[in-house]
Amino acid sequence: MALKIIASQCTSCSACEPECPNVAITEKNGTFVIDPKKCTECLGHFDAPQCAAVCPVDDTCVIDTSFPRYQVPA
Amino acid sequence: MQALAQHEGITAGNVANVAEVMQTIAEHKGCGTSGGSGKASCGSAAGQGDLPTEIWEKVKNHPCYSEEAHHHYARMHVAVAPACNIQCNYCNRKYDCANESRPGVVSEKLTPEQASKKVLAVASTIPQMTVLGIAGPGDPLANPEKTFKTFELIAKTAPDIKLCLSTNGLTLPDHVDTIAGFNVDHVTITINMVDPEIGAKIYPWVFWKHKRYTGVEGAKLLTDRQLLGLEMLTERGILCKVNSVMIPGINDKHLVEVNKAVKSRGAFLHNIMPLISAPEHGTVFGLTGQRGPTAQELKALQDSCEGEMNMMRHCRQCRADAVGLLGEDRSAEFTTDKIMAMEVNYDLDTRKAYQAKVEEERVAKVAAKQEELSTLAGEMSDIKLLVAVATKGSGLINEHFGHAKEFQIYELSTAGAKFVGHRRVDLYCQGGYGEEDSLETIIRAINDCHAVFVAKIGGCPKADLLKAGIEPIDQFAHEFIEKSAIAWFKSYLDKVNSDEIEHVERGDAEIRQGALITAA
Repeated sequence: MALKIIASQCTSCSACEPECPNVAITEKNGTFVIDPKKCTECLGHFDAPQCAAVCPVDDTCVIDTSFPRYQVPA
Repeated sequence: MQALAQHEGITAGNVANVAEVMQTIAEHKGCGTSGGSGKASCGSAAGQGDLPTEIWEKVKNHPCYSEEAHHHYARMHVAVAPACNIQCNYCNRKYDCANESRPGVVSEKLTPEQASKKVLAVASTIPQMTVLGIAGPGDPLANPEKTFKTFELIAKTAPDIKLCLSTNGLTLPDHVDTIAGFNVDHVTITINMVDPEIGAKIYPWVFWKHKRYTGVEGAKLLTDRQLLGLEMLTERGILCKVNSVMIPGINDKHLVEVNKAVKSRGAFLHNIMPLISAPEHGTVFGLTGQRGPTAQELKALQDSCEGEMNMMRHCRQCRADAVGLLGEDRSAEFTTDKIMAMEVNYDLDTRKAYQAKVEEERVAKVAAKQEELSTLAGEMSDIKLLVAVATKGSGLINEHFGHAKEFQIYELSTAGAKFVGHRRVDLYCQGGYGEEDSLETIIRAINDCHAVFVAKIGGCPKADLLKAGIEPIDQFAHEFIEKSAIAWFKSYLDKVNSDEIEHVERGDAEIRQGALITAA
């Protein structure tokens, strides 16, 4: 799985963008989006997904269940 | 309806609270003034007063750091810093209304390049604009690249403009050297507590070094970093203002402790502001019904902290993209579309010439005040009262009663006229009050005043004000505020002494929670 940003809740504050260890977050049409191909849920980097930890609006950076769970490469 | 209910609640709960605050004042005054007369008087003095020349040079054109300067000089904020690294219960980043005046909201974000262009455009249009601040809408130091890039561009193109910033302080210690390197000599830190237990009620979390810290742990981290940052700045001779939001029942009495803590670390000015918590803003405090202080509660706390430290009482709690004098907002004239289409002619000489004229006006105002003050010499009276003034700036009574968006409040005593605050009375977004009772709104806002000084006033409001016990005064139209107020006070005392009138105390007044209309 990867994380996704609920666009209707995003304030476009940009706080998440520099925190992402995978450079998976970019600004698109006024809000920020996560590239699910790059997102690792911060596994192996940090204790918690950084975008969700810094986001000022609760439940805005959430797990996207339409993707398989990210596996840390062996 | 909701607003009215809130108003009544404030009035009812008021008596006990004021008594408590007064007690705190008495305790604080006892130990707070024992250190001699180290206090500099810039915050409210008419001029340099007893301030060292080097500090006076830093503050004399800064509308936020000098009450006296704010009548003459303007500031602007550029919204280049949207990200924040802490969460505050009085802030909601989702809600943004173009007519909303409170910290943390903006209509559009700017890149450092756009911000630099905007500064030049404003500086050319408003020659008395002397200060460029970065205040968010998030935290400038949570966006260090954007903040410092903006400073770099502006220092290059408009070197006469003072740079300043306002931060929550969490990452401040990491940036102190960079701040000093850009010759930023004014930094504001928002410090609402020095006790993490209290902090936990204000800050749900802070984000630091890749981790979210909640509750007492988060608040402890924040207060430690804030106080360390403050010490590091004052060690380097950078003037620091401390902003504190007064939240009744949470940190109101505690702010006396905060005042001592920041004073001892060399803060220059303390700005205690009323909580803004209208439910429609959608903040945690707005939704839980946490009320803000009344005018009397706020003034009592500010008075209690005014021992050896300057108190700022002229803060308008402006937006992170505000432009103009503190009591006005001209940001709508300088949207990105408009500035990109503007032909900007940044002429340092024109700005200097204009500012020289402003200085003449300022000197004349101070001289007039001093002259009038001498007429009070020898007067013996314990009477202290408040008056409201309708002004457009320049230290003059030059606004029509009906056009005033705010009134400035002066406390009169035999010591003279002292600026102690302002009250917003604009008619937009009033949360329940209709146009027809706008006069009632004004009376509620200045209900603690004995008189209101205006350039002009119609017959109807005049009669209603008199009925409410507030004397409308228009005979000092277009004259200096302080000089006129002192002259009126002298005649008031004469009338009291000759038993022509009886001096009676006034009640409390309401601090407006709603929005400030932008001068579009």
